[in-house]
Parts: sequence; C-alpha cells; structure tokens
Amino acid sequence: MESFEQRLAQWDKNVVKSLAKRKERKETFYTTGGHAVNRLYTHKDIAEVDPLQDIGLPGEYPFTRGVQPTMYRGRLWTMRQYAGFATAEESNKRYKYLIEQGSMGLSVAFDLPTQIGFDSDNSLAEGEVGKVGVAIDSLRDMELLFDGIPLNQVSTSMTINAPAAVLLAMYIAVAEKQGVDSKELRGTIQNDILKEYMARGTYIFPPEPSMRLITNIFEYCAEAVPQWNTISISGYHIREAGCTAVQELAFTLADGIAYVEAAIKAGLSVDDFAPRLSFFFNAHNDLFEEVAKYRAARKLWAKIMKERFKAQDPKSMMLKFHTQTAGCSLTAQQPDNNIIRVAIQTLAAVLGGTQSLHTNSRDEAFALPTEASVRIALRTQQIVAYESGVADTVDPMAGSYYVEALTDTMLKQAEEYIARIDELGGAPKAIERGYMQQEIMDSAYRYQKDIEKGERVVVGVNQFRIDEEPPKGLLRVDPEVEVMQKQKLLELKEKRNSPAVATSLEALRIACSSEENLMPYILSAVRAYATLGEICGVMRDEFGEYIGTAIL
Amino acid sequence: MLERKIRVLVAKPGLDGHDRGAKVIGRALRDAGMEVVYTGLRQTPEQIAATTLQEDVDVLCLSILSGAHNTLFPRVTALLKENDVDDVLVIGGGVIPDEDIPFLKDHGIEAVFTPGTNTEDVVSFIKTNLKR
Amino acid sequence: MSKADDYVAGIIAGKARIAAKAISLVENGDSSAIEFLKALYPHTGKARIVGITGPPGAGKSTLTDKLAKLLRKKGKRVGIVAVDPTSPFTGGAILGDRIRMQELATDPGVFIRSMGTRGQLGGLARSTHSAVRVLDAYGSDFVFIETVGVGQSEVDIVQLADIVLLVTIPGMGDDIQVIKAGILEIGDIFCINKADMDGANRLAAELEMMLDLKGHFEGLRPPVVKTVASEDKGTAELLESLLFHLAEDENSGRLAERREKNLKTEMLRIMAKALENTVSRLTEQTGALENYSRQIMQGALDPFSASEKMLAQINNIQFRL
Repeated sequence: MESFEQRLAQWDKNVVKSLAKRKERKETFYTTGGHAVNRLYTHKDIAEVDPLQDIGLPGEYPFTRGVQPTMYRGRLWTMRQYAGFATAEESNKRYKYLIEQGSMGLSVAFDLPTQIGFDSDNSLAEGEVGKVGVAIDSLRDMELLFDGIPLNQVSTSMTINAPAAVLLAMYIAVAEKQGVDSKELRGTIQNDILKEYMARGTYIFPPEPSMRLITNIFEYCAEAVPQWNTISISGYHIREAGCTAVQELAFTLADGIAYVEAAIKAGLSVDDFAPRLSFFFNAHNDLFEEVAKYRAARKLWAKIMKERFKAQDPKSMMLKFHTQTAGCSLTAQQPDNNIIRVAIQTLAAVLGGTQSLHTNSRDEAFALPTEASVRIALRTQQIVAYESGVADTVDPMAGSYYVEALTDTMLKQAEEYIARIDELGGAPKAIERGYMQQEIMDSAYRYQKDIEKGERVVVGVNQFRIDEEPPKGLLRVDPEVEVMQKQKLLELKEKRNSPAVATSLEALRIACSSEENLMPYILSAVRAYATLGEICGVMRDEFGEYIGTAIL
Repeated sequence: MLERKIRVLVAKPGLDGHDRGAKVIGRALRDAGMEVVYTGLRQTPEQIAATTLQEDVDVLCLSILSGAHNTLFPRVTALLKENDVDDVLVIGGGVIPDEDIPFLKDHGIEAVFTPGTNTEDVVSFIKTNLKR
Repeated sequence: MSKADDYVAGIIAGKARIAAKAISLVENGDSSAIEFLKALYPHTGKARIVGITGPPGAGKSTLTDKLAKLLRKKGKRVGIVAVDPTSPFTGGAILGDRIRMQELATDPGVFIRSMGTRGQLGGLARSTHSAVRVLDAYGSDFVFIETVGVGQSEVDIVQLADIVLLVTIPGMGDDIQVIKAGILEIGDIFCINKADMDGANRLAAELEMMLDLKGHFEGLRPPVVKTVASEDKGTAELLESLLFHLAEDENSGRLAERREKNLKTEMLRIMAKALENTVSRLTEQTGALENYSRQIMQGALDPFSASEKMLAQINNIQFRL
C-alpha cells in the first residue's frame, strides 16, 4: 500500500509540474512578521512536537492550550474598552454609562502630562491637558473620577507606568475614603517601564530607580492589595513601534524575566508575586501568526518560570494576558475598512486565548474615537463571542499543522532572542545599549519599505484606492479643559494643609535615598493632597531623568 | 567644490512618545543622502527653534501624535520668525485631521504628511521645495 | 565690505545665526570659504579646544553635556562640535548627539553644531577644524569636539585639540586591546565613565599600570578619572583635572608648543589637499590620465613611469586651496 510519504512526494512533483504552466502569486509567501510560509503543512511538520509535553491540555503545564480548563465555555473574556478624556468629571460620566451598559471592567486612559508626572499647569503640559486621556493632578481629581463608583465592585485597569506608584496610591486613598479595604481592590496598573524606554516613550526616571519603584509596588501589594495585578508586561507598544510578532513575544518575555529577577533580588520569593504578573499583547492582522504567538508565549513563560525561576505554584507559571487590536494596522484611508481588520484581530485574540480584549475603533488613525465608532468596536467582540461559535470549544486551533508548526518556530526564535539579551546582561542592559531599539527600528523600516515597494499590500493605501472626502465631525477635546484643570489646581493649593504637604514630601525625599519601600511615603503625600507633579518632582530631583537613545 | 548636503532636523514637540513615524522618516531621509539631526522626544518649541538655528538646517520636520499640533506647531514657526529664520522649509507629520491643515499652513507649516504617506513623497517634496 | 568680512563681523558680534551660516559655508566648500577663513583667523586662538574621544556607548555626549553645564556655572561660554559618521553607501548621516545635550540648546552661552564625516576618516569631518575656529571667534571660552567614536583610528583629534579626553567604560571586553592599539598615545586625560559598573577599579588599575610602563610623558602624566556622567558623579573632578592640565600646559609653554606643532600638520594637510586637487584637475583637463592609462593597458608603460611623466609636466602652476 502507498504510504503518506510516497503520496506526498508524488503530490509535490505534480504541483511543481503544474507550476510551469501556472505560477503561484508570489515566489515566496511571508507572514506579517516575516516567516516564510510553506505551501502545505502536514503532520510531518510537527513530528517533533509532542502532544503531551509541548501542547498538553488546557489549564495544565505548559499551558499552551490556555490557562483555564474550560476557557470561554466557563466565562467569556473581559471586554474592556480603554477610555478617558478631558476632566475627571467627564470621564466619570463615561464610566458610569459603561457600567450601566454592563461593562465589567474600567480601563483608564490618562493624558500625557499625567503619564509623565507633570501637573496640568506645567509649561510642558501646554496643549496636552486632557487630550489623550483624563488629567489627574491630585487625589481630588481621582475622587471625582471614581465618584459614585464603589471600588470594591469594579475592576480597574490603569494605563500608567512611570508614575504608577502615585496613581495606585491615589486609588487606594479613594478606596479608604469610600470605606473600602485595600484588600478588596481589584485591577491592574501597567507599571512596565522597560517597554517605555524601548518603544512607548513615557518614561521619567532612569532604569535603576524605576525598577526599585516597581519592586516596591510588588512588595507593598503582596501584603496590602493582594488582588491587584501589579504589572502588565507589555508587548503591545513594542509591536506598535514596528517590531515583528516574534520580537514582540521575545522582548516582552525578556522584560518579564528582568522584573522577576529584580523582585527576587529585592528579597521577594517568586511564588509570592509571580501569580500577580500579567501581560499585554498586540493583535495584528496575520491571524495564524498571532494565534501561534499567544500559544508560544504561554508555553515559553511557563517554562521560564518553572525551569529558570523554580516556581512551584502553577499560578506563577500561567501567562495571563490582555490584548488590544493593532492601532498601527488602522488606516486613515477608507476608515470603515478598519472594522474588518479589527474583526480579524479580535478572532486572533480569542483563538489565542486572551483573558481580556480592547478593540480599536475605526477612526483612531486620525482622532479620538466617536461614541458610534466605540460601539461598533465593542459589537465586534460581542459578535465573535455570541455568534461565531469560536468561543464554544477550548483552543480550537490546536492540532492545525500550520499553527502548531508556527507556534514551535516562534517559540524557538523567541528563545534565541532571549539568549542574545541574556548575553548582553538582561533586558535593562540590552535596552541601554539600544539593542532592542535597533531591532525594532530595522523591522519598522523594512515594513514601511515593503509597503512602498508594493511587496506588502495595505488595502486602500497602496492598492484599491479611491478619492475620498476627509472625515468630518471628529471628537475634539475642548481647550477649556486645560483652563479648568489649572483653576482646580490653584484652588486645591489654596485650600489644602500646606505644612502637611511639605512634611510628607520631605519624608519622601529622605526615603528616596534610603533602602525603604517608597509606597507608604507616596501614600502619605497623596493623602495630604500633594500633587502628582510635586511627588514626581521630588523623585525627579532625587533620581534624575532618563534620556532616550537616538537610534534610527 | 564639495557636494552640498541637505540638512534636516527631525523634531518631536509635545509629550507623546510615538516616534515610529519620525524615525522612519529620519531614516528614509538619511538613505536619500541627507544629514538628519535627531533630538529625541519632548522637545520644547524653544529648543526646536534654537536647534534649527544653530544647525542651519534646510528643513525642519515636526512630528506629533498627541493632538497638540495646533498649539505647538505655530509656536515653533513664530519663534523662527522672531529669530529671522526665513529660509527653512517647515513640514509637519503625525495624526493630524485634514480640517486642521489650512490653519497649520497659515502658520508656516508648508506641508502636512498624515498616516499612510510614502517616504519617497516626503523626500521629493523636500527636494523640490527647498528655500535655498 | 566683502561677504567674508560680513560673516566675520557677525561672528565676532556673537550672532548665532551668522555663525551657523558660516559653518555651513565652510562645510559646503563654498567658493568664498577660503577668503572667509583667512579673514576669520586673526580672531581665533582664545578658546581652549577640548577633544572628547572614545568608543561608541562610552557616554561622550553625556559627559560633554555635564562638563559644559559646569563651565556655564563658572560663567564660561561653550561651543560644541559633535561629529557622527556619514554612511558611505547613501552619503546621508544621522546626527544624534544633541539628544543628550537638550538642556543646553536654549542656553545663549552655548552653541552646538552636529556634523557628518562626509567621507573623512579619522573621526572628524574635514571642516571640523573650521567650525571650531568659527565657534572660537564667536566668543567661546571652550570648544568641545566630540569625535565619531568608532575606536581605532581617531588620531586626528590630537592634531586639532589643545587637550584630549579619552573616555572608556568597563566591561567592553576589548577596551584594553583598544588602549594597547595606540589609543594610550592620544589621551591627555583618561576618563572611566559608568564607573559604577563592575570592573571599573580593575580598568583604572590596568590603565595606571600601562601609564607606568610608558614612563615618559611630554607634558603631565595623564590622570585617570572615574565618572558616572549620567548621575553627574565625578564630573566636577574631571573638569578640575582638565582645567589644571590646561593651566599647567599653558604655564610650561607646552600649549604653545602643541599649537605650533598642530599648525605645521594643518599646513601640510592644506597643501597636500591642494596638490591632490590640482593634480587631479590638471591630469583630467589635459587628458593625460586618459592617455597614459591607455598606454599602460597596451603594455607600453607602467603606472610609476607614467606618474613621473605627468608630475614633470606640472610646472608653474597656481595652486588653489
């Protein structure tokens, strides 16, 4: 009887013969991330992938198939839409509306001055107040932001990094005022400084004090805010900066390794903080490559935690992640096409087993999303969840020859990157040398050139173009917001107990040059209504400021 | 006689850290044979104007994605004017709504390149619109 | 007044825009550049020229930034010329040194200029020297020159600066090799930056040992100074050492000696360049190059005899710089 191998060989011959008459569309096909894609995958491509050791079962090591045994059959992913703009009062209204609509989690976007630790009246903040998120200057604003929202009943994700400790302290202080015990608080702070140096750019302090602040948070929360996810190790922004899927995977996990090492060095034991680590990935257009990326990430992280860091608790080995669809894939041309891109990306995230998802709105390539656009984005998730059927069985892509082969390849390539980063002395050192920045930039440039040469088709941009009217009715933030915010700040500074502010800031200053955990000092300053800019200002004085690299 | 090189300053005013576009453009201009001064993130209009002047660049590329362009771009061009710098081609890029472009052009930004722009188009725009 | 005189007057009056334009004039090899440089020369010589060299990533820009700030506190005016490599393939360059000096950008007492090497080897651009003179005449008390920093061949800085600061960092693996390869000869002061890293003390000891071995120095024995420039640690000591070294050199006459030596090199270089230009211009114009190369290809001649013949034909020529 003819074997599969014989048949396959014959099939290959036949295909090659037919190619003489009719060529394929391209000489070589590549994934978005640049993997050469075979014509056909068979079980022979995954001969070395062990069904038990490498793929395993959902909820079990190495978690390739997912972190829970029943996945979305038990509970759907959290549909978490990132929102926030203008003032705390306006954002508060939006959150209340979202909660009424059945939203389970809040996701707070802060404006750039807040993210960089400047008050709204700082000269560098001019033109930026309330633009890309809500402006928070002090505990007063945070009280307004969560006014009427019981903090023991929501989970709140805050996209905040360099000043994460201050914003978390404000959140805890609001809870205190509501009479909510900090042990009841649930949510996430992004708190991932390494990717800020690498890609996102909202850093303040140099690496060493930044890593200290992060481990201070780990340590403080393990005791006082045990349900809080203390970090969201993010590949999202690295990908947005232009890297490939494998680089996103590798650099994110390399950052993860650096945080674990820092925490261990600070005296924490791995199983005490590792279960509270969470991740944040991008969902780009290449469906199978993205699914493979998430599966490889889970498996690789489990292996790293078990073998490298000797974690005992399976929860320490589980890579849980939030996903956002790729902002960089959206086009300003024919913006409705973005709805379809986001739908494909949603599928990728769900087939990849994400724990929560933000879907971008079609108009985000040129402005803040309108309410109608945000609704379509949310509906996209709901259609995938309730109508497509993909959520009804666990890890449906498993066993696909292509996806398993790609999962395996991406994992190996990520391991090579991580080995290289280890050689350079770990992620912070490698970033200091500009290694990742150069890799990201090279990929970004190649991607752009591929588009310009027409080797990569972007529908509506370099093919299938039309003449179109510029979009109208874009959402704009009222410049009055800046004026109002400055006014509020002025009033606060008049009313608050100034000696108490000064005392708490001085205590923080002294603590900065000690070995002490800074969280309690930041919390006291926050309670005294010291502003974000004042608190970060003390730390700027003590720690200095980071300067980026000029790698183009 | 040496070959005259086009000198360009690629600058990011404002606080946003999204420098992918600025860097890709910078690299494309370098590959087109230009000298590209890059000064990193969070540049104040004053710093940008002073750098433009000291480096005697032919072109100033401003990139911003946070939405603060209407505040910051005109401030840069006003400072250039104050310093009698009138021979520099100033162009802008980033997430900038079409409806803002006339305002920016009135304030001395001679072209605005939005997402989806071909880098070759920027190169040829520069080459054909130099002011000296 | 000629264009050259206008420029000179503007520079002496401290007009930043004129200084910037003058540097471009020289950099682009404008036909009036030589006339301008002649007119400028009498107004130069007051500034102290400090070369900063060392491998990439050693922190040269950060160090320059900190030293400049310290000098500003002393009321001194500072010029900075930062050189980056030009791509041999595209002719373009990324000039990124200013990123670490942004706070200086708006200081009226500081002028920073970035330059691409434009094909020049040796760590400097051809017009770096002229740019330094412009900044000298502009009123700078100190002019820093930050070299490309590719390592081995950055000897040009010695022939331009009054003093050279060689910056290195621990843990490069090959730092000692670099030093062995002759870099030891060019540093008047050795700075071990990022001295909070492992291996800083070992590197310092090794450097001192190599200086011991060398034994003989034209001026002072080069000090080895440790800094963490990013945290502004050790930078005040470094500046002190730099100023002390400069003062000693001035008092001992060594500075004048060095400048005189550098002038000789400069004139030789100017003449060599003029000769090169003239030779290639004439041999191309007369068709001699074409002529002889054909003859050599036909086996009638060798390149050496041909060159002798062509040189012999160059008589009474007016050389142009």
